[in-house]
Amino acid sequence: MNNLNEIRAKYTEQFQQKSKRARIVVGLGTCGIAAGGDKVMEAIKQEVAARNLDIDIDFTSCIGMCYREPIVEVALPGMASVIYGDIFPDKVSQLIESHVVNKQPVTEWAAMQIPEGRTEYDGIVTMDKSAYYEKQVRTVTSRLGRTNPESIEDYIATGGYEAIEKALSMDRLAVIDEVKKSGLRGRGGAGFSTGMKWTFVYNAQGDKKYAVCNADEGDPGAFMDRSVLEGDPHGVIEGMMIGGYAIGADEGYIYCRAEYPLAIRRLNLAIAKAEKLGLLGENILGSGFNFRIRIKAGAGAFVCGEETALLNSIEGQRGMPRVRPPFPANKGLWQKPTTLNNVETYANVPFILRKGADWYAGMGTEKSKGSKVFCLTGKINNTGLAEVPMGITLREVIFNIAGGIQDGKQFKAVQSGGPSGGCLPAEKLDLPIDYESLGAVGAIMGSGGLVVMDENTCMVDVARFFLNFTQNESCGKCIPCREGTKRMLEILTRICDGEGKVEDMDTLERLANVIKTASLCGLGQTCPNPILTTLRYFRHEYEAHIIDKRCPAGVCNALLVYKIIAENCTGCGACRRVCPVGAISGENKQPHTLDTAACIKCGGCVSKCKFDAIIRG
Amino acid sequence: MTACSASPDLTQEEAMQEVFDHYRGFDGAIIPVLQEAQNIYGYLPKEVLDKIAKELKMPFSKVFGIVTFYAQFHLKPRGRNIIRVCLGTACHVRGGSKIFASIKDQLGVGDGETTEDLRFTLETVACIGACGLSPCLMVNEDTHGRLQAKDLPAKLAQYQ
Repeated sequence: MNNLNEIRAKYTEQFQQKSKRARIVVGLGTCGIAAGGDKVMEAIKQEVAARNLDIDIDFTSCIGMCYREPIVEVALPGMASVIYGDIFPDKVSQLIESHVVNKQPVTEWAAMQIPEGRTEYDGIVTMDKSAYYEKQVRTVTSRLGRTNPESIEDYIATGGYEAIEKALSMDRLAVIDEVKKSGLRGRGGAGFSTGMKWTFVYNAQGDKKYAVCNADEGDPGAFMDRSVLEGDPHGVIEGMMIGGYAIGADEGYIYCRAEYPLAIRRLNLAIAKAEKLGLLGENILGSGFNFRIRIKAGAGAFVCGEETALLNSIEGQRGMPRVRPPFPANKGLWQKPTTLNNVETYANVPFILRKGADWYAGMGTEKSKGSKVFCLTGKINNTGLAEVPMGITLREVIFNIAGGIQDGKQFKAVQSGGPSGGCLPAEKLDLPIDYESLGAVGAIMGSGGLVVMDENTCMVDVARFFLNFTQNESCGKCIPCREGTKRMLEILTRICDGEGKVEDMDTLERLANVIKTASLCGLGQTCPNPILTTLRYFRHEYEAHIIDKRCPAGVCNALLVYKIIAENCTGCGACRRVCPVGAISGENKQPHTLDTAACIKCGGCVSKCKFDAIIRG
Repeated sequence: MTACSASPDLTQEEAMQEVFDHYRGFDGAIIPVLQEAQNIYGYLPKEVLDKIAKELKMPFSKVFGIVTFYAQFHLKPRGRNIIRVCLGTACHVRGGSKIFASIKDQLGVGDGETTEDLRFTLETVACIGACGLSPCLMVNEDTHGRLQAKDLPAKLAQYQ
């Protein structure tokens, strides 16, 4: 097969036919399944069979609104698709009765509608005007929630594998130039120019080269790579093929963490289907270009997200980073020139080739082009996945897209970039999101996790949490990281336990700067960021812990004192009965008292009290 | 997850032999072989590690070094069901540690331990990528999200 024209025409026709029939689509990404999507699917199948309805049932991946999972789409011929949120099995019968049988959408359950040229319903917001999507641009995530990720037919019908066809007709350097011109930078966090990286590998001497995809997404609070792999596996494969062609590689590896079984399953399926169509293998599309992709499942080590540690792991060694130079571009996998790019980086490439570098460079800021996928998590109303143009402000992301803070509480900090990132306070909310701006205030773009914290979060505890993580995951090869993280964690633990000393803040700062400068790899070089940023923006919280022996957010147990407010106490006795050490006493219907000396600060009484009569602080 | 799934009617030794045959000549085969071995035996007994070292022509010390480096590999028998409670950032700020404490109480075992009847092994994990549904946990390959301590007994009851 020398081109895809014939099968593309056929699949496009099939894809269009699908929208001419009534259909129900269930979101079955990991988050959809976790919320009960598979049970909803079962209920829908039963309901459709019981009513003997002529309707197609399909599944898709995560559209991004994790907060509304399980998500179900219902589309009638000629009418807009309606996306329903929070559809649990007990709602299925009513949903089908109303929308499919009586053709009346259940407006109050609908999250939005997607017209795509069909007739709109009244009273349901369209996707492009919905609060969650209004400020988003969907490129890498454009197929998520819209196509069946296990169908290569859907992929091809939506422009898939057009970019590799185009690339194969171009000179290899011209492909690299196009990527360079687009301004695409590494989406794994460091932000190195993808085109430059490919030039280095192109120029490197070697009979064998590799294209490796880093899918070892280990940052707590980040799941965009998982969503892209589960929702558009062919997009990542096509990006790797283009990269492989450009640098002169004939073999690719995807290193995916083992905690993502569904992503690995869909990737394996996608590779098998692409091989069957001759899109992977020998002499692809008659061009003479050979390319194969293998999947390596990680074995549970955060440091393997670091590029040289990842290469060691693929080679079957302990996943410890290598000393650079030589860089992987010259001596990478099995000492051969290798390009390593992140999932999202590869997934951008087919769009750049298809729509042109100028289109891509038209989005974003001067130095950070295109769009970036973020994972919105923490104490916000709308948790989920959002793809936004570079340069959007943190405020727009947190308050417009993510819908602000849960339970009407106050925003305290946003943590960007996982354990390597920094915690930014409210004053920085108007900062544009791009590599340089975030770097300038001590945070990093990172892979794209945004964890939002509210007034009830203790920033010293958060710093300790991250240090605990990085200390656990430090591979132990270089001393600054191995010993330094341990010492910093000891100090932070001491502060949280109320035993901090005034000089601890300076010691932390000094240690942090040494570790940042002297560590061998990205893990050590960035792990002090949470400490440095919390010291910089939330120093008063450290001071409260160390000097006043008080945790202002009411989190650090050792520093809490429980008190009963007599005016609120009705004397119901609930707290007295739950207290495991008998520290609460009082007569029924009389305000109770709490013996702080006997109290073990378990918090049991606070959760039992219905009258807000017990406070801790 | 496995590249070659052993048929159920094979003995463990036969299944392991298939794995060796499949990966013979592969570069960097050790980690996939260890993963398959752990799938077959449930953990990595010393005799199996011995055999792997011999088959792959590697020093035992190197094999042992790899096994102890990666969190996924286990040298002791594990429960039939593996519970991995997420204590990542998003789960941390949404009360993941309370979920963990509640399961710990319920099963009477701590992090990395296995119940006496080998029904459950309890572990913590730094992030399973379901942050939108935090707090969450995985039992085997099933992800459960939006957890509340009161729902846990019913969730765990599904796993024998």
